[in-house]
Amino acid sequence: MNMKKIYSVLVENRSGVLSKVSGLFARRSFNIDSLAVGETENKDISCMTIVSSGDERTLEQIEKQLNKKLDVIKIKTFEEQMSVSRELMLIKVKYNKSNRREIMETCEAMKADIVDMSKSFMIIQICDTPERTDLMIKLLSGISIVEMARTGTLALQKCIYQ
Amino acid sequence: MIGADAIVKCLEKEGVDTVFGYSGVAIDPFWNSILETDIKTVLVRTEQNAAHAASGYARTRGKVGVCAVTSGPGATNLLTGIATAYSDSIPLVCFTGQVDSELIGSDVFQEADVIGAAESFVKYSYLVRNVKDIPRIIHEAFYIASTGRRGPVLIDLPADIQLSRIGDFTYPTEPPKLRTYKPTVKGNTLQIKKVIKVLENAKKPLVCVGGGVHLSGAKNELQKFVEKHRLPVVSTMMGLGILPTEHPMYYGMVGNNGAVTANHAMKECDVLLMVGARVADRAVSAPDLTFEGKVLIHMDVDPAEIGKNVGPTIPIVGDAKHIFEEFMGQSFYCSHEEWIASLNNYKMDLKIERPEAKGFVDSPKFIKMLSGKMKDDAIYVADVGQNQLFSCQNAIIREGKFFTSGGMGTMGYSIPAAIGAKLADPERQVVAVCGDGAFQMSMMELATMNQYKSPIKLVVMRNHYLGLVREHQHFVYHDDYSMVDLGFDPDLEMLSKAYHVKYIRCENMEGMEEKIDDFLTGDEACIMEVLNDPMETVAVKKA
Repeated sequence: MNMKKIYSVLVENRSGVLSKVSGLFARRSFNIDSLAVGETENKDISCMTIVSSGDERTLEQIEKQLNKKLDVIKIKTFEEQMSVSRELMLIKVKYNKSNRREIMETCEAMKADIVDMSKSFMIIQICDTPERTDLMIKLLSGISIVEMARTGTLALQKCIYQ
Repeated sequence: MIGADAIVKCLEKEGVDTVFGYSGVAIDPFWNSILETDIKTVLVRTEQNAAHAASGYARTRGKVGVCAVTSGPGATNLLTGIATAYSDSIPLVCFTGQVDSELIGSDVFQEADVIGAAESFVKYSYLVRNVKDIPRIIHEAFYIASTGRRGPVLIDLPADIQLSRIGDFTYPTEPPKLRTYKPTVKGNTLQIKKVIKVLENAKKPLVCVGGGVHLSGAKNELQKFVEKHRLPVVSTMMGLGILPTEHPMYYGMVGNNGAVTANHAMKECDVLLMVGARVADRAVSAPDLTFEGKVLIHMDVDPAEIGKNVGPTIPIVGDAKHIFEEFMGQSFYCSHEEWIASLNNYKMDLKIERPEAKGFVDSPKFIKMLSGKMKDDAIYVADVGQNQLFSCQNAIIREGKFFTSGGMGTMGYSIPAAIGAKLADPERQVVAVCGDGAFQMSMMELATMNQYKSPIKLVVMRNHYLGLVREHQHFVYHDDYSMVDLGFDPDLEMLSKAYHVKYIRCENMEGMEEKIDDFLTGDEACIMEVLNDPMETVAVKKA
């Protein structure tokens, strides 16, 4: 049965590590649903948040094979519902008088912000769970999306599991 | 002192006495510095064979093999050798020259991203960016290669770093402390107790040994353990020779080219202890089915191997040598004489009669005779193909060793690996067996053999075909042969003359005993050409 899992992977902050980790996924045909990387409070250590899906054996292998990589310090794995997860998305849309109101209402309802604007374009920013980010795209699908950028999922295990 | 001097000094500190390799501008500072030491350098004839020779050396000595080649094509030629070592978990430290640091990434002459290319088949790799890091990196590299699950480590050395001045040189004495690498050596006590309990209650226990037992040096411990508790043993290809093949508790190699009794034992047993074997496709074709309804105890130093191909009942992570020492400390009693008797009966009943190759040298018979006449502690290196499978099925191994490229199946492995083995232990008899395909992939190393006085006994089993693939095409494509016919045969007698090597030819089994005696006598190199039936198959054809 296919399941989703989040891997919070602490790695040495060295050049080439991202390619080693992503290369491992490619070489062993593991899925990467999303990937986000950033430094931690210790600048020698980066945190990679990887969302992957597969059957139980695959999900276990991902963790074991990641552990074999000598640049990987520690791996935490958790289910989505055990975590607080967020994505950041920027969407540039073309608007006109007739749909401006509707877009603004959608933004308000979705707790999204309009962060930049010109006479006919605007950039909307949303920071929310992956599901609500997907929903935002759906809601805006009626108007013309010019371009968009979206981070991978960032996630931390919920405090009650600490 | 410059970087290259420091590298050489590190090698001395690690007790390296032989480096295999090839020269080139980007690695020349290193080859220049090594002149100042007693380390023996061996110039092979193509880079791939530097890794294979280092592998033969490592497997003979039980320590890290070292090779060094230049940048670009030197490095890319080495890749097959590195991958071969990786899939058999052979500890190597491989140095590659690299273009000057500031030129990396600009596609200059003889530049190749070897680190990127080798990533998925090295245990770890380093690009040296600062000359001061050399002692730390080399110290770590030897530690990583030779601990946990062994494997090759690659060190890419830009030419300018090799030439840079290094201030004071100190070599670490303690094992490196790496926060990302802490291999499990000792087995978990609770798991060990669990295993003992399961073995105690087993009616039909079986031990399947793999290459991991050789690598951890647990051969003696394992033998003592199975003898004490009368546990039957089967082996994977990489585990051949852990128990002498004529040992009463040994029932042969498993797998699709294995012994019938061994596969029968795998099927029938109720408790299976897998030691240092990765349950790969050639050994166990449908793992989930094979292990259904059994207790599978999977012991491996690499936790990722446990559960990769099959979910074990009892996983046990650690070094086989340590764990078997622990096992020996546990007192328990198990009895399963009925099981052993049934296996012995099975062995007797299931002697498959192969029709003997007429008018040619019969491969199984020949290999039995050859290996039977070899010295007790000889090293037998089989290449890849029919010669390898005939060897695995028929070679008699006593106190000696059996090498082959099991995981990768790299043709041409046997000659360079045998030369490496001979250089590692000059007193030992080293016999390489290859087919005419593999021979032509690495026959150039006969020059290396002569140059460094490392005489090997080389059998070339000639059938004018890439035999194992021909056999495959025979069964699968109904004799529609494509790309398997070695249409031109070099004259081996003349070739032997060209390389100043003694030559013996066997067209059939006539006078074979004397010919093998002549072949094996003394320590001089000898090539024995053996003519096989081109249509011979490893699989027994159903009548």
